[in-house]
Amino acid sequence: MIEVRGLTKRYGQKVAVNDLTFGIEPGKVTGFLGPNGAGKTTTMRLILGLDYPDAGVVTVDGKRYQNLANPMREVGALLDAKAVHGGRSAYNHLLCLAQTNNLPKQRVGEVLELVGLTEVTRKRSKGFSLGMSQRLGIAATMLGDPKVLMFDEPVNGLDPEGILWIRNLMKALAGEGRTVFVSSHLMSEMENTADHLIVIGKGKLIADCTMAEFIARSSGAAVRVRTPSPDQLVLAIAAKGGEATADSDGTLLVRGMTADVVGDVAFEAGIRLHELSMLRASLEEAFMELTADSVEYHAGVTGTTANIGSGV
Amino acid sequence: MATSTAPSLRLSTLPPATGRAGLAGAIRSEFTKLRSVRSTYWTIAGLFIVSVGVAAIAGFAIANNIHNNPVNKAGMDAAQASLFAFFEFGQLIIAALGALAITSEYSTGMIRTSLTAMPRRGTVYAAKLIVFTTVTLIVSLITSFVSFFVGQAAMSGSGVSASLFHSVTIPATAVQNGPPSNVKFFGTIVITPGTVLTAIIGCALFVTVVALIAFALGSIIRHTAGAITSAIGLMFVLPIIIAILPDTWRWDIMRFFPDAAGRVLSVTIGQHNTHLWSAWPQFGVTIIYAVVLLSVGAYLFRKRDA
Repeated sequence: MIEVRGLTKRYGQKVAVNDLTFGIEPGKVTGFLGPNGAGKTTTMRLILGLDYPDAGVVTVDGKRYQNLANPMREVGALLDAKAVHGGRSAYNHLLCLAQTNNLPKQRVGEVLELVGLTEVTRKRSKGFSLGMSQRLGIAATMLGDPKVLMFDEPVNGLDPEGILWIRNLMKALAGEGRTVFVSSHLMSEMENTADHLIVIGKGKLIADCTMAEFIARSSGAAVRVRTPSPDQLVLAIAAKGGEATADSDGTLLVRGMTADVVGDVAFEAGIRLHELSMLRASLEEAFMELTADSVEYHAGVTGTTANIGSGV
Repeated sequence: MATSTAPSLRLSTLPPATGRAGLAGAIRSEFTKLRSVRSTYWTIAGLFIVSVGVAAIAGFAIANNIHNNPVNKAGMDAAQASLFAFFEFGQLIIAALGALAITSEYSTGMIRTSLTAMPRRGTVYAAKLIVFTTVTLIVSLITSFVSFFVGQAAMSGSGVSASLFHSVTIPATAVQNGPPSNVKFFGTIVITPGTVLTAIIGCALFVTVVALIAFALGSIIRHTAGAITSAIGLMFVLPIIIAILPDTWRWDIMRFFPDAAGRVLSVTIGQHNTHLWSAWPQFGVTIIYAVVLLSVGAYLFRKRDA
């Protein structure tokens, strides 16, 4: 359980995190969303005691991170996959981390196998691709078998295979009852993985709610359903408080419900479904709408991309 | 390579934690860090090659010189001649190792990973310091002894080569009339094994403390080039600047700088530079620099955002 209370951090004149208060529930995937520069990384650094807050407190299981008996057994954090000494081999990198928390040596081999880096165990990490570095970073987080895992933008810059791997990993970790706290600036990253959302903008809390609440709250969010018996489904959904409208291509758009709920409703009413999906675009729009006022750097001119790069 | 299928999280169960992550684990970790990067081996090899190599060259040169001009026997500090490269140039090489011990964590970003694993920063700093000091002291002692033996071996037969096993007597002064063969010697200097041993160990201690000054500068500046440059500035450039100051000033201030100790610790024929303190008080000056800088480094290491 991570508890953040009244957290404030300034870098010179700039307020990076502004009176932030939230809690991270155990055993769930909590998505930490915000546009670039919203203060996500800073918040994570403050949780880990890498930076010191100007005001407020962060506790992990009721203790400050610095006071945890064996931090790696409590929290596994990956903020920057490239934050390793490139001249050190994957094995020695993990070994020097494991030694700080008195973790057994054979653990290093196990976590390397877990992330599929067994073949490059003795290779210096300098030559690793971003995807491999990411795996090495994740191996490090798993050394202490921690209850809480923290990832900062884990899929940034990864290829589709890497993204899929990370997503599956997060699901698997949560499936084991671990707490996962993951940041992203893309809503689409969260929709399949997060149970809970914490949205910030310009260092301030914008939303702290469940995924379902967020979907229900955003007017644009909709679930797309295709079924051979649309009339029956419209009635069934209306009975449960949702609102279904016919879309132009013969599908139904359901608002005010998650895809899971729509599926359950259809099942209970014995209605066959041929398609059931969250409208990604609408969810992303809802997120952008929510954070529009707090985007750090707005593009100065819109709609003139044709000119970009032609001036030289 | 690895497939994108859902990773199986089959990890063996960890044994329950015993106690708290502390200094012992941090020391093991820091030793792993130091021994697992190439720069450590390169700098130590550099230190060894330069110190021993120059000691050998100096030894041959002195033997040759004395053979041609026996007058040069008088007041020849053979031990210092073998240790000169070690404490004068070696300190610069070891300074790089000292600075890198801490700045490489910042330049690579590793410090954030290190402090996440072990957030008690005072412990991390202490562990780094203990490991680095131990390794540097051992390397310095070996280099100092080997430099001495190789240097003396190169000048064996010259009549001045110092020894760790018996006293050596050399003439104190000499007057040459006409050809090199016609030399009159006056007085004697006895170089005891104890004096020689003190010089060898003293130089190793001096080089170790210089490395700690560089380590401290590394923790203050957190930038490799900046830390090495300031260490070289303090130990090598500043003395040159002082040397070109007017005599009336420089004789008064030179004893307050950290480099001076090397020049008195290595002397085995009795101290001549009356403007410096004797060996150990002068070494105390270097130690004070190291302690002050290390304290500032420790304070900043704990206080600043990583």
